[in-house]
Amino acid sequence: MIQAILVFNNHGKPRLVRFYQRFPEEIQQQIVRETFHLVLKRDDNICNFLEGGSLIGGSDYKLIYRHYATLYFVFCVDSSESELGILDLIQVFVETLDKCFENVCELDLIFHMDKVHYILQEVVMGGMVLETNMNEIVAQMEAQNRLEKSENFPMTLHLSTR
Amino acid sequence: MPAVSKGDGMRGLAVFISDIRNCKSKEAEIKRINKELANIRSKFKGDKALDGYSKKKYVCKLLFIFLLGHDIDFGHMEAVNLLSSNKYTEKQIGYLFISVLVNSNSELIRLINNAIKNDLASRNPTFMCLALHCIANVGSREMGEAFAADIPRILVAGDSMDSVKQSAALCLLRLYKASPDLVPMGEWTARVVHLLNDQHMGVVTAAVSLITCLCKKNPDDFKTCISLAVSRLSRIVSSASTDLQDYTYYFVPAPWLSVKLLRLLQCYPPPEDAAVKGRLVESLETVLNKAQEPPKSKKVQHSNAKNAILFETISLIIHYDSEPNLLVRACNQLGQFLQHRETNLRYLALESMCTLASSEFSHEAVKTHIDTVINALKTERDVSVRQRAADLLYAMCDRSNAKQIVSEMLRYLETADYAIREEIVLKVAILAEKYAVDYSWYVDTILNLIRIAGDYVSEEVWYRVLQIVTNRDDVQGYAAKTVFEALQAPACHENMVKVGGYILGEFGNLIAGDPRSSPPVQFSLLHSKFHLCSVATRALLLSTYIKFINLFPETKATIQGVLRAGSQLRNADVELQQRAVEYLTLSSVASTDVLATVLEEMPPFPERESSILAKLKRKKGPGAASALDDGRRDASSSDINGAVEPTPSTVSTPSPSADLLGLRAAPPPAAAPAPASAGNLLVDVFSDGPAAQPSLGPTPEEAFLSELEPPAPESPMALLADPAPAADPGPEDIGPPVPEADELLNKFVCKNNGVLFENQLLQIGVKSEFRQNLGRMYLFYGNKTSVQFQNFLPTVVHPGDLQTQLAVQTKRVAAQVDGGAQVQQVLNIECLRDFLTPPLLSVRFRYGGAPQSLTLKLPVTINKFFQPTEMAAQDFFQRWKQLSLPLQEAQKIFKANHPMDAEVTKAKLLGFGSALLDNVDPNPENFVGAGIIQTKALQVGCLLRLEPNAQAQMYRLTLRTSKESVSRHLCELLAQQF
Repeated sequence: MIQAILVFNNHGKPRLVRFYQRFPEEIQQQIVRETFHLVLKRDDNICNFLEGGSLIGGSDYKLIYRHYATLYFVFCVDSSESELGILDLIQVFVETLDKCFENVCELDLIFHMDKVHYILQEVVMGGMVLETNMNEIVAQMEAQNRLEKSENFPMTLHLSTR
Repeated sequence: MPAVSKGDGMRGLAVFISDIRNCKSKEAEIKRINKELANIRSKFKGDKALDGYSKKKYVCKLLFIFLLGHDIDFGHMEAVNLLSSNKYTEKQIGYLFISVLVNSNSELIRLINNAIKNDLASRNPTFMCLALHCIANVGSREMGEAFAADIPRILVAGDSMDSVKQSAALCLLRLYKASPDLVPMGEWTARVVHLLNDQHMGVVTAAVSLITCLCKKNPDDFKTCISLAVSRLSRIVSSASTDLQDYTYYFVPAPWLSVKLLRLLQCYPPPEDAAVKGRLVESLETVLNKAQEPPKSKKVQHSNAKNAILFETISLIIHYDSEPNLLVRACNQLGQFLQHRETNLRYLALESMCTLASSEFSHEAVKTHIDTVINALKTERDVSVRQRAADLLYAMCDRSNAKQIVSEMLRYLETADYAIREEIVLKVAILAEKYAVDYSWYVDTILNLIRIAGDYVSEEVWYRVLQIVTNRDDVQGYAAKTVFEALQAPACHENMVKVGGYILGEFGNLIAGDPRSSPPVQFSLLHSKFHLCSVATRALLLSTYIKFINLFPETKATIQGVLRAGSQLRNADVELQQRAVEYLTLSSVASTDVLATVLEEMPPFPERESSILAKLKRKKGPGAASALDDGRRDASSSDINGAVEPTPSTVSTPSPSADLLGLRAAPPPAAAPAPASAGNLLVDVFSDGPAAQPSLGPTPEEAFLSELEPPAPESPMALLADPAPAADPGPEDIGPPVPEADELLNKFVCKNNGVLFENQLLQIGVKSEFRQNLGRMYLFYGNKTSVQFQNFLPTVVHPGDLQTQLAVQTKRVAAQVDGGAQVQQVLNIECLRDFLTPPLLSVRFRYGGAPQSLTLKLPVTINKFFQPTEMAAQDFFQRWKQLSLPLQEAQKIFKANHPMDAEVTKAKLLGFGSALLDNVDPNPENFVGAGIIQTKALQVGCLLRLEPNAQAQMYRLTLRTSKESVSRHLCELLAQQF
């Protein structure tokens, strides 16, 4: 089971935080900070798995992470998950983000936090892997988009920030 | 067009986020956030009803603020309003807010549950999925209670959409994980298994996850999943890389599902059906074959996905542990990965190989990689990988490579990360002991451990080396010499001082012949460390000093001088002061003989499992315990290497001198008052007696001396005759003794210490001593599991007439025994008159909720109360003739069950309790003994004669005593020993 999914940038600023086990808010922040310090000091070409996140779970848990440009994607999982499988899942998630946002960048995650959550919900549900087929996920997001359109926003202003 | 409409966002939200990003300082950011929070709060509280859009915007802002690390304690009600809306986008953000900011307010939960109920009933798949997501993400018990019964129905309903089925399966899984009792098994289980045949791969993936979890509890209910999983797997691995279209990931067909299927199969033993098994083995071989094919893509994703399946396949092969051919192929494949340029693969290969090492088929194959693994330990840049390498070295260690592995791990220890040092220390200590061929190597290794990582050497480790040295007289001299040399170092670790102090106190005499380590040199070396040490160590050193007085009378004056110094006699620490006072008095009052008896060398420790191993298991947690369990590979080694148990005093007080006194103090002078001011040392000894609660009494010296006086049988022991505690169950309450109880009892007829009983949960060790008609027994209950025993209740029961023959007084023990821990129980025993049957020991406790009970025979037999009697030949024959009535004699002729070795026989007879009389029997091959059985009511004189006939491999045993029943009973007991 996946206990938590953390995305933060190279400076440790959280960009997406999703816990599937209940922790008080301050512990959540502490976990994010601790995890950031653990992965920050690691070179890019060493192993993507590490133990020792003392705040979540203990010895049965591993942090599996990937570093993309300015962002770290970290999944905290227990031993029932395949390590390489989770690495693949991170890749699926990122590629899906990329398809949905067309060349995703950190700013997309900041300004469209809700959308990022919705995409993640199509991949992981309650800590379990829901769907790994990218086309299926993108199709779901397109369907959501159509629903959103049909509900007619009271305001439709374009953002200039990108 | 992107799938996400980036343009149609909420302007107010974007402006707020931009504001935050433009803040120059943390303070400015907090100020901006507080302003926004106040704004939202007032909007929510305001009179004007907010429209859906505004609510959505504010809730989104709150989510953003929460992400930045600020606690949000409001907005839940607005979120519930949103998720109850009929508009999809409002519902969606409402559910998201509730899932991220879970709140346990019950009124709120009621409202949420209501909305979920509506959505589940709506038959709108999108709404249903949102509701299922929310249940799964929150996963609370309240939600489980409300929906656990509905979800299986949705899952197997024929008209549910694929996406709903997928979500329902995972939702059910989540609820089951959170509260298994809420999910009722039923006819739906069979239909869930059939989801493995579903057309939609996403549904299959979700169903496999669910079944993998459910089948662990109810393997039989889901057994049919095996053949379905095998056929699904076989279709996937044999399909071409493009067959599964969307579920093909970088040219690998459905990697995620394959991994899940392989995990599911690991919940079961190999398939029984030959056809299914054949198909599975074929699939596993296909995966192994594909690993050797050239990659279809250079992308790392391709090799990742392929290897994810490969590693899971290897796990399944290791799990089955029955196909030597596949095991060896798996090992070779992992061997390739050990040298792979991808760090991830090296890490995983080390991890998998660790489990492979415990399979008998592949242990040797794993060992061939030792050089690569050692190299990994030395050169890997990543601590995760180095740790795996250390684990693997531990797993692959056996007698053939122990020296190499231990020395590599010692070297690694010098640079190892602090976090894992203690674990490495424990591992080295265990390997060194387990595979020690010569004990000097073992001693060197442990001393090296202390030298390199003294701070990480726990008590268990240094106790252990002392126990082993005490038990092995062939290594004592070497140990003394080595610690003496180690102590020469100008700065040596305190643990080294402890070990050195103890060993020199026991065996310093073995090196005293060398003028370089003469007694005064030894003493001044130890004493030079004294002032730098902690109280515990200084207390230990004081005990060493008093032992020196006995070992080396020439040091007496010096040591008395040290003890007499004001810094000792008036030390602020009560323990140190007391030891100084008592030892000083002991050394001046007691005669050389008494001193020699009191300060005699420690007796060997009883054998038992290493406490270090228990500690390592505790550290690693229950999951790792089995991997560390070594019995499988080298079952005989612990016997060969004489595992020993910690002394009772290492359990209660870590001071060797308490032990020294404790052992001498048998039987307990119960009335001897313990001084109220006494430190642990004496309280520990005295509190074993039943009535040791006096207040301010004699000075410590007096108490100590009364301890040394031989016990007066009448006065103190009268107390022991009191009935046992009321909680003792009657014989009818306890079960019959375990089948092997008699056999276990027999082992203890001629010895007093050892392991009385052992199964997978519990080990019971015994240490006992008897004098005249009194005895004291220590029972050690060791919890071998990692789970706490509850309601732990050992009681002693006297069946039949035994109540009037034997008084056994027990002390209560703690009702909980932690995993890996040991508790000690003290029994005071008084023999009132001769008896035939031993008392029963009933042990009851709860383990993981299940009640356990067990009844054993307590190793108290009449011969324990033997007092040996020396007599001349003439006297012997005279008494032999006096006991010539037919009923006074019991005789047995029996076949030897053990090799007929005169020395062993002698030892057994002495252990039995009688004196051995030389030059009595005209035939020197025969053994003759004499003794008196001491009971409170009467004394029974006993004479015995054992005539071995080596040619016929037979013995004739004759016993003559003044009491018929005693003659017969002793004869039976003793005859079983040869």
